[in-house]
Amino acid sequence: MNQFQYVRATTAKTAIGALVKDPSATFLAGGTNLIDLMKNGVTAPQKLIDINPIPLTEIRKQSNSIYIGALATNTDVADHKLVLQNQPLLSLALNAGASAQLRNVATIGGNMMQRTRCFYFNNPDLPCNKRQPGSGCGALEGYNRMHAIFGASPQCVAVNPSDMSVALAALDATVLISGPKGDRRILFTDFHRLPGDHPEKDNNLMKGELITGIEIPDNAFGKTVHYLKVRDRSSYAFALVSVAAALNIKNNTIKEARLAMGGVAHKPWRLTEAEKALVGKPATEATFKQAAEIAMQGAKGLKYNSFKLKMAPNTIIEALKTASGIA
Amino acid sequence: MEKDQCSVPDENLNENSGSSRRDFLKKSTFLSAIALTPVSLVTAAEKEMDEKLAAVFEKVPLKLEINGVKHALSVEPRVTLLDLLREQLQLTGTKKGCDHGQCGACTVHVNGKRQNSCLTLAVMHDGKKVTTIEGLANGADLHPMQEAFIKHDGFQCGYCTPGQIMSAVACIREGHANSETEIREYMSGNICRCGAYPNIVNAITEVKNGGQKV
Ligand SMILES: Cc1cc2nc3c(=O)[nH]c(=O)nc-3n(C[C@H](O)[C@H](O)[C@H](O)COP(=O)(O)OP(=O)(O)OC[C@H]3O[C@@H](n4cnc5c(N)ncnc54)[C@H](O)[C@@H]3O)c2cc1C
Ligand code: SF4
Ligand code: FES
Ligand code: FES
Repeated sequence: MNQFQYVRATTAKTAIGALVKDPSATFLAGGTNLIDLMKNGVTAPQKLIDINPIPLTEIRKQSNSIYIGALATNTDVADHKLVLQNQPLLSLALNAGASAQLRNVATIGGNMMQRTRCFYFNNPDLPCNKRQPGSGCGALEGYNRMHAIFGASPQCVAVNPSDMSVALAALDATVLISGPKGDRRILFTDFHRLPGDHPEKDNNLMKGELITGIEIPDNAFGKTVHYLKVRDRSSYAFALVSVAAALNIKNNTIKEARLAMGGVAHKPWRLTEAEKALVGKPATEATFKQAAEIAMQGAKGLKYNSFKLKMAPNTIIEALKTASGIA
Repeated sequence: MEKDQCSVPDENLNENSGSSRRDFLKKSTFLSAIALTPVSLVTAAEKEMDEKLAAVFEKVPLKLEINGVKHALSVEPRVTLLDLLREQLQLTGTKKGCDHGQCGACTVHVNGKRQNSCLTLAVMHDGKKVTTIEGLANGADLHPMQEAFIKHDGFQCGYCTPGQIMSAVACIREGHANSETEIREYMSGNICRCGAYPNIVNAITEVKNGGQKV
């Protein structure tokens, strides 16, 4: 690892101030992604601003939502009573990610900021537009088994690896941000970006901005939720495809539906059209099949990942079946 | 020729599909060039850098309690907790497997919680308590989990074992050892190349059911 300076920030304001002053600096939270990338030489910040001393670990009930501080760990959130009771989908998604050891230190803010696991991105000797704009996309014509089937561009076909983010996209969460110009809020679904011509930008956070927390609005889904993650082994591996599903069913009619997919795009892939197709229908396999078909419109396989075109709709159907209890 | 120079793991590529393999190698020829740069050149450049940077990147004072012993240290920010333990404090019980959070060999407890010591900087833990495999036994008395690993043959080569045991103790303390399925899921962050998994699960189950304090 390269040498760097290390400073600790105890307030959001000092952290933001330090980042604005020094463009070569980066925030350090749990470190489980950043330190990994620094070891690989993918990134080499000259200063790390350790934000762990900032008191942003709270999880609390608000009038119509749950607030979770950006520095709450993945474990603390997944095991929290409020989350288990009100947002069990988030617990399921968090526990589907990484390992117990990693979840103990990985933070909510760091999780949504984690970089792609694209093999070419993570090896500085290979071409990658995301790591080094203009160097080309190694994966586009290379080994792209893990890559996107939705929303990719010729510049980048990477996927976002976060499980948590898939659930937060489905649950209409909001990201709370503080920056040099004050505070702002972004809908979770607007936080991450598609690659377009600027794959170097994963999300819409601006220089000097700190994620302070998230809010998840209350909902009527109760336990009628499921997070289904398909991977190469049954635990401790990134998703090939994952689905977050939440349903509100009354008298066997779907009143409300939320669906998002992971492992298929540069951002958590919310399936709004499929959700619309579910509402008003009976909770049956036929309904779910139809929704899955709608969800797959516009999907495009690459040389090595076309299996996802079949795996994705099947995962949607299974997730909906399990959520609704008809499996 | 090309084949020999390619040091990229490619077990997922079809060996027989020449074109895909060539596509891949085209992208990785740069890698071969780097790998072949004379070592002497690289180190010379690095040395110069280090001298210049030494003044700027100062060591940071760090207080840590490790296995009950208080340490007042001074460390470079880039030193991971794992490297501090192994290379500066000679606590080599904690193993380095992958150095990237992928194997669990480096698992230690920080303030009672298990984590991978390879993906965390030592300086992030000022004032905290670290327990390593060396701190688990009570004098000459092995920890019940250590006893159980011996009894159940929970290891073969033993390389993953310190991490497995630290993780296993945490798994029970967290309340995640209530069934074989749950143990397997919550121990999935510890990889064993020798495949001692069934015996590890048996050891954990016995300690859990034995009801001893872990
Ligand atoms: C072996 C392995 C397996 C994994 N498997 C999975 C998996 O299956 N599913 C999954 O979802 N994840 C997985 N992960 C990734 C893991 O979830 C992330 O590494 C973790 O969530 C990152 O959080 P952190 O707090 O450690 O972030 P850090 O590494 O500290 O930071 C990551 C980035 O976020 C920035 N950042 C952090 N906090 C803030 C903030 N508050 N505001 C602004 N910027 C911030 C940092 O500057 C940095 O750029 C895995 C990781 C490893 C090593
Ligand atoms: S897919 Fe994106 S991250 Fe991967 S090599 Fe191409 S540009 Fe880089
Ligand atoms: S050495 Fe830390 S997880 Fe492998
Ligand atoms: S005993 Fe050899 S790696 Fe586990």
